[in-house]
Amino acid sequence: MKYLTTAIAALFVGGAALAGQIAPSDVVFEDGAVAQSLTGVAGDPENGKVLMNKGAGNCIACHEVTALQEWPFHGEVGPILDGAGERWSEAELRGIVSNAKVMFEGTIMPSFYKNTGYTRPGDAYTGKAAEGELAPLLTAQEVEDVVAYLMTLKYE
Amino acid sequence: MKKPIAGLALAAALALPSVAVADEDAKLIINGEIELVTETEPAAHLDGALRSVRSGWTFRTTETQALQMDDFDNPGMIFVDQALDSFETVDGAAGKSCASCHEDPAEFEGLRAQLPKYNEEAGEVWTMEMYVNNCRTERMEAEAWGWKSQPMLNMNALISLQSRGMPVNVAIDGPAQSVWEQGKEMYYTRYGQLELSCANCHEDNYDNYIRADHLSQGQTNGFPVYRLKQANLITQHNRFRGCIRDTRAHTFAEGSPEFVALELYVASRGNGLSVEAPSVRN
Ligand code: HEC
Ligand code: HEC
Ligand code: HEC
Repeated sequence: MKYLTTAIAALFVGGAALAGQIAPSDVVFEDGAVAQSLTGVAGDPENGKVLMNKGAGNCIACHEVTALQEWPFHGEVGPILDGAGERWSEAELRGIVSNAKVMFEGTIMPSFYKNTGYTRPGDAYTGKAAEGELAPLLTAQEVEDVVAYLMTLKYE
Repeated sequence: MKKPIAGLALAAALALPSVAVADEDAKLIINGEIELVTETEPAAHLDGALRSVRSGWTFRTTETQALQMDDFDNPGMIFVDQALDSFETVDGAAGKSCASCHEDPAEFEGLRAQLPKYNEEAGEVWTMEMYVNNCRTERMEAEAWGWKSQPMLNMNALISLQSRGMPVNVAIDGPAQSVWEQGKEMYYTRYGQLELSCANCHEDNYDNYIRADHLSQGQTNGFPVYRLKQANLITQHNRFRGCIRDTRAHTFAEGSPEFVALELYVASRGNGLSVEAPSVRN
């Protein structure tokens, strides 16, 4: 029975997802890590790097990354990400980027691959109410791209 | 009364982002004579949430700080001057101006430090805007001013200035308590798709940079604030609105009961800080 309801929910939530992609509600976390690729397509670290600085990613708003010094104003809300690709496995990084609250309970870090469970969700930055089904902050492939970039962050 | 002298606004020149670091130990002395309290012991109701209570002024760059230290340099003072004119201007069917009944703005000394406060007659918590509009509609038979309209902002600045240097001291008990609780609940609610509460930024991360912004405690003792970015005075609710919008949330309206509740709660977190209005922020 439980299986059945999950399957039906997946039909709805996953409506917008592409074939072969794991919908936000179907991501399986194990100790905060996500072993399975969200798309089955290898991440593009170059695009991941771009997302670190802008758009819905904007990771350096909170994190400092020495390798990204070309962009100004790195925040100091979260830890420095230098060496993240050695500190964490790919699965752990996928879990942290998808939904950091699973790995770090109560963390301020936004959940980038999630699309339900919000209080007064808005229509992006308009201040108006969101209408219809929300897209996650990053697409499945964008999560893979960011993870691929984080994997390049090694200690000197 | 405290009369402002309009100075030339340096706003445009200083609105550029600046990475200069704030001088935490700087003292805020205005016109070389009024010393303001910019750091104080947290009120008991904060329950240890803050180690010390700090005005937003202490987080700003030395350049921005300096603008507030001399009324000649404070761009907000031009608007206070404008309010002095409007204080004397007859408006509405009753043929009265504020000055017909309130001899001098100085009679409002101390009011800003207590706002928002519970109004017996109305049976609700009132902000400055609500007091002013009540006089306009009920006593002058004039149109209410919009919450963020220029005359309202200006008048708020003029009346608030009369309390400059006095400690913020809002009441949170008695009939105001339920509204205060509502505001507190909002302060800790993680709104929007980014799921961020006021506390995430202004309690857990004050003094940290988030992108290019040096996070303060989000105190309201300086309002109405002259914001260099907007080159105008802004209301508290305007700030709340922007901060909630930036969490990718459906925000609340300026003047809404929710924001009145939040205003009371946030004010209470700053009890003991000096009223700074009109302060200058970037
Ligand atoms: C609002 C601030 C914020 C944003 C935005 C943010 N993070 Fe984080 N992040 C944090 C905080 C705080 C932590 C520390 C975890 C905790 O709360 O204990 C963290 C932890 C992490 C960690 C593990 C820390 C380590 O040891 O290396 C990684 C990796 C990470 N974030 C990556 C990202 C990426 C990638 C993005 C953008 C897609 C991002 N973060 C956006 C605040 C943020
Ligand atoms: C017809 C007379 C009249 C006019 C005109 C008038 N007021 Fe009032 N106002 C009052 C009275 C009476 C009170 C209530 C006094 C009290 O409670 O101490 C009051 C209260 C206030 C208060 C709240 C004071 C407090 O301590 O609670 C403010 C602020 C105020 N007026 C501002 C204004 C402004 C600004 C204007 C012009 C836009 C104005 N008033 C016009 C009569 C007037
Ligand atoms: C993502 C982080 C973030 C969140 C969440 C946030 N703010 Fe802010 N807020 C800022 C930044 C950045 C500024 C400008 C710099 C400063 O003063 O901290 C600011 C400024 C303010 C100011 C102006 C302070 C002054 O001295 O003029 C107030 C008041 C304020 N916020 C209140 C709130 C309230 C109330 C909430 C919750 C509804 C909130 N903020 C949520 C980031 C945030």
